[in-house]
Amino acid sequence: MSGLSRTVSVDRDRLVAYADASGDQNPIHRDAEVARSVGLPDVIAHGMWTMGAALELVTDYVGGDPGRVLSCQTRFTGMVVVPEGRSVEVLVEGEVTKTDEQAGTETLQLTATCAGEKVLGRCQAVVRRAGTDA
Amino acid sequence: MGARIARVSGMPVNPDYAGRAYPPAGPYDITREQIAAFADAVGATGAAHRDPEAARALGHADVVAPPTFAVRLAQQCEAQLVQDPGAGIDFSRVVHGQEGFTHHRPIVAGDVLTGTLHVDTMREAGGHGMVATRVELADTAGEPVTTVTSTIVVRGAGR
Repeated sequence: MSGLSRTVSVDRDRLVAYADASGDQNPIHRDAEVARSVGLPDVIAHGMWTMGAALELVTDYVGGDPGRVLSCQTRFTGMVVVPEGRSVEVLVEGEVTKTDEQAGTETLQLTATCAGEKVLGRCQAVVRRAGTDA
Repeated sequence: MGARIARVSGMPVNPDYAGRAYPPAGPYDITREQIAAFADAVGATGAAHRDPEAARALGHADVVAPPTFAVRLAQQCEAQLVQDPGAGIDFSRVVHGQEGFTHHRPIVAGDVLTGTLHVDTMREAGGHGMVATRVELADTAGEPVTTVTSTIVVRGAGR
């Protein structure tokens, strides 16, 4: 199975948009002073932003039908640091690691890398295969 | 009282909360605007998140939420625990460990959902607090829509 990949960029504006869209207004995702006060190097992206951005690779793989994404899960293993005035790139890669003919599903394993660090761990999604009913 | 016990004993969380379930939270109205804004923020480009006709062509009643959209509802439900003084969770010391979504059916615009929060694990491990929650989202007919699981670690003092 050939590998899938996608690069997604994130800046402070995008984190504000994600905070509004998700309702997660933790100030460590927009205020560097608050972030540093709790020991972080700078503002960091929401882990759930990274997971959401990574899952787009899966939705795209199933032909743009989010209804075919049956489940997804991840561990959060690293931080996406987003300095002021900069856009940071996250590389998402994935591959199909399992096909269950009987259940009509495929399992994809994903990785997300930022600045050389893996920021998601054991990230996987189960999708309904093309041509199978829900 | 629980919080006082937790602090006196140096526990980062109150283990008495394990197994607890909260009354259903919501109802939450799901709108096209919420779905489009979430898709924009995570860089989800598909027409099914924005165009009702494109979503219908795929067999859905209306625009479909991205796979992690349910976190918007789940975190509101989880706030019942996190903000409960008796739980003893210091939010400034919380690190997100894991998250998972099981979709019993897709979330679409027009859905009205409630969320029931369950505290599956609440214990101390190595000086830190481990909290695993599960939010069961259901529609107005009571049918299951999404199960959202989340694990947080509450760092112990001085760690």
